[in-house]
Amino acid sequence: MAFLDIKQINKRFGTQQVVCDMDIAIERGEFVTFLGPSGCGKTTVLRMIAGFEAPTAGAICVGGQDITAQSPQKRGIGIVFQNYALFPNLTVEQNIGFGLKVRKLPRREIAAKVAEVLRLVELNGKEGHYPHELSGGQRQRVALARALVVEPKILLLDEPLSALDARIRKNLREQIRDIQRRLQLTTVFVTHDQEEALTMSDRIYVMNQGKVEQHGTAEEIYTQPETEFVARFMGNYNLLKAEEAHQLLGLQIDGHMAIRPESIHVLSAGSHELGTFEGVIRRHQLLGGVIRYQVESRGVALWVDRLNRNVADLLPVGASVRLQISDDDMRVVR
Amino acid sequence: MTRTTSRIGAWIAMIVGSLYFLLPLAATFLFSLKMRRDALSFDAYKVVLTDPQFQATFGYSTLMAVLTIVSGIVLVAPTAFWIQLKLPRLRAVVEFITLLPLVIPAIVIVFGYLKMYNSSAWLPLTAHERSTDFLLVASYVTLSLPYLYRSIDTGLRAVDVRGLTEAAQSLGAGWGGILLKVILPNVKSAILSGAFLTFAVVIGEFTMASLLSRPAFGPYLQLIGANRAYEPAALAIIAFLVTWASMGLIQVFARNGRAKRKAA
Repeated sequence: MAFLDIKQINKRFGTQQVVCDMDIAIERGEFVTFLGPSGCGKTTVLRMIAGFEAPTAGAICVGGQDITAQSPQKRGIGIVFQNYALFPNLTVEQNIGFGLKVRKLPRREIAAKVAEVLRLVELNGKEGHYPHELSGGQRQRVALARALVVEPKILLLDEPLSALDARIRKNLREQIRDIQRRLQLTTVFVTHDQEEALTMSDRIYVMNQGKVEQHGTAEEIYTQPETEFVARFMGNYNLLKAEEAHQLLGLQIDGHMAIRPESIHVLSAGSHELGTFEGVIRRHQLLGGVIRYQVESRGVALWVDRLNRNVADLLPVGASVRLQISDDDMRVVR
Repeated sequence: MTRTTSRIGAWIAMIVGSLYFLLPLAATFLFSLKMRRDALSFDAYKVVLTDPQFQATFGYSTLMAVLTIVSGIVLVAPTAFWIQLKLPRLRAVVEFITLLPLVIPAIVIVFGYLKMYNSSAWLPLTAHERSTDFLLVASYVTLSLPYLYRSIDTGLRAVDVRGLTEAAQSLGAGWGGILLKVILPNVKSAILSGAFLTFAVVIGEFTMASLLSRPAFGPYLQLIGANRAYEPAALAIIAFLVTWASMGLIQVFARNGRAKRKAA
């Protein structure tokens, strides 16, 4: 049995089914991400794990113990919110020590634990500051420290990076992952950001309309999407309808054909290698280290990525090219 | 041209309005200084402030106001918190109930009390002085509901009640701890505003205290007004000052609360 075992969980708000027969199994020390668009039910599942929402049906077990009916206070599960939810009337030190004070720990022990966790999140010297005196990134690190200091069985992160700017977000996600690895803390992370999910997670659950669409490691989810939704959500997949796949590749399929832009090879127009087909560059986008071309071939538009090595490599709009896709890089999705 | 005319109109309206309020007040103040026949003096104030009955009734009303504030906060703060957190659908119903004292005259309420709690009723609250005091505090809590509930509710709406509650819950805090250590300190200025408003309402209240025969400041004001010449004017000015001081403190706390929230 997994450390966090969610069995056949359902949640209904009035007539609306928000979570439908979801099964999730998370091992001790794993960093698992619930990834999906707004309204897919990921935050509701997280709130049910925390105890803020009661499931309509199903069970939540931690370490073999059913906690479905337990109050949030008794679950021993830490949570970091998107909007920090720091107590405005308390200093950083008091915010972090709040949970320890509730547990009636001796004052000296509280001070020692707070100092230790402040070092962990690199916020030494900010003990006496109030939340409104800190930056967004610092506030989120205080919220993280507050959740960590009580040594929770599970740490829940509800889109903790969404309110931060790009640079701080990147630094903080590395810091969170680093701390999680060091403490071997079972962590559930909720996000709608594919990049965050791919860079941070041991495993990802992709959710859509209250159901798990697919779960697996970051590599599996990215390279082997099983459904059209996952392929579309995970990135810039070319998704060809059955007739387009037939038109372009001469293949008869049932469903959609998913092809990653970086797996399509661009050869010079004079190439006569087997399995290549002709196309014309219609437009291009510079994405930093990669240039993304839109190539039209046999009436089908494809996105194709090429490394941006130097200016001379840039293919002009209207240029003819030949494209090659290996069979391994073509996936038929539901 | 039109703009200048409307500006002049506004000034005239403001001056007329101010005079309407300030002239009687100035006249009352002037009259209160005329107790000594040949000169202006504060004799009327001296007489009033040294009157043992003034001290007793003002002290009594102050005590009733403090008890009303404490009882009101104990009743309203958890209710408003719970409505905000768990029962937002009931907000309209609770707001309606809290507004009832503005619609139902105090005299109707107090006659209801006298009917329900007279000495031959099943719960004879008016039979003893202390139990009548309890009834008076209960009636003041009712009268102050519109002000206290609105102040606290407005304060709660300005903070992330759900987020703070859930954060505290996940850290192991119980409902009492959440309310006392997390929620109430963050709506302190709203609670204080409601408290001062309640104080201003209670200190001059006449109907309830008079019909329940309690020695409060309101009935004392009426008694002096009916029997003396200069002292009622001095008392009116003192009562105004108490109310204004309460209003001023509300402004100070409200401004502090806003400044803190803005900074957060």
